[in-house]
Amino acid sequence: MRLSSDEIVFWQYGLFKLNATIVFTWALMLVLAVGSKLITRKLSTGLERSRWQSLLEIVVTGIEKQIEEVGLRRPDKYIGFLGTLFLFVALASLCTIIPGYEPPTGSLSTTAALALCVFVAVPFFGIEQQGLGGYLKSYVEPTVIMLPFNIISEISRTLALAVRLFGNMMSGTMILAILLTITPFIFPIAMSALGLLTGMVQAYIFSILAAVYIASATRVREPMPKPTADH
Amino acid sequence: MDSITLIAIASIVTAGLTIALGSIGPALGEGRAVATALSSLAQQPDAASTITRTLFVGLAMIESIAIYCFVVSMILLFANPFWNHIIAQAAGK
Repeated sequence: MRLSSDEIVFWQYGLFKLNATIVFTWALMLVLAVGSKLITRKLSTGLERSRWQSLLEIVVTGIEKQIEEVGLRRPDKYIGFLGTLFLFVALASLCTIIPGYEPPTGSLSTTAALALCVFVAVPFFGIEQQGLGGYLKSYVEPTVIMLPFNIISEISRTLALAVRLFGNMMSGTMILAILLTITPFIFPIAMSALGLLTGMVQAYIFSILAAVYIASATRVREPMPKPTADH
Repeated sequence: MDSITLIAIASIVTAGLTIALGSIGPALGEGRAVATALSSLAQQPDAASTITRTLFVGLAMIESIAIYCFVVSMILLFANPFWNHIIAQAAGK
């Protein structure tokens, strides 16, 4: 039994391998990039707009609203990163209804790469928002004793992001494969519907957690309001 | 008993124990979370969207603990590094 789609190799030349993960990742990237390019080629601001434009508008405004609810003031600055994460993970799990497709997020290399992007993006946005000193100062809040724990939490949450997404997607395909050998008729359909739901929830979780991490790094600490004396 | 049998027994038993013990805690936690969310939904139906969103995020975080156990047991069963090491050694002889 395969543990990930890394083990399906389509083409190999020396050290250079072209496995299913890379192929499907590039296919998804192509669908996302070409699709949005085609849709945004002629945008209209009037009342008459195409169906595809309405779809994209719903997606973009929905993501912006979610980012804003997490606590990031200006969602247009972060939607490029967070929205892409969400759309990629969501499309990767949505495409599992296509036969012969293996979700690239079911491989630890893909999810580790996505988590590393978050790991780099958090200090990037943090330094951009409150300067290098202000960002580094957030590591010694509230006291210096917390410095190692803050660093450990930075690393462990990256690991947790990667393993959570990998485990969920891998368990979905694996449970399906096991069920197909036991009850091959109706029951796998219900489980694959459940897999679609978990895929969507995981995409949401992944991007929301990234948004929460960025929000906690970019938050400028406001001084506590002085308690008024007269009551 | 040679080392291959020992490793096989240890891996299979540990994989079963991992998923069995590791799913107890998340199951209890998820039950509590859903029960509390339901009672707060009954008290404040207006806040349904916020409660549901937080519930989903929390459930996925709790469930990821069970998923870690599942990943570990799958690694023990299908991609066991000790097993692979012994097999490679036996092939080399």
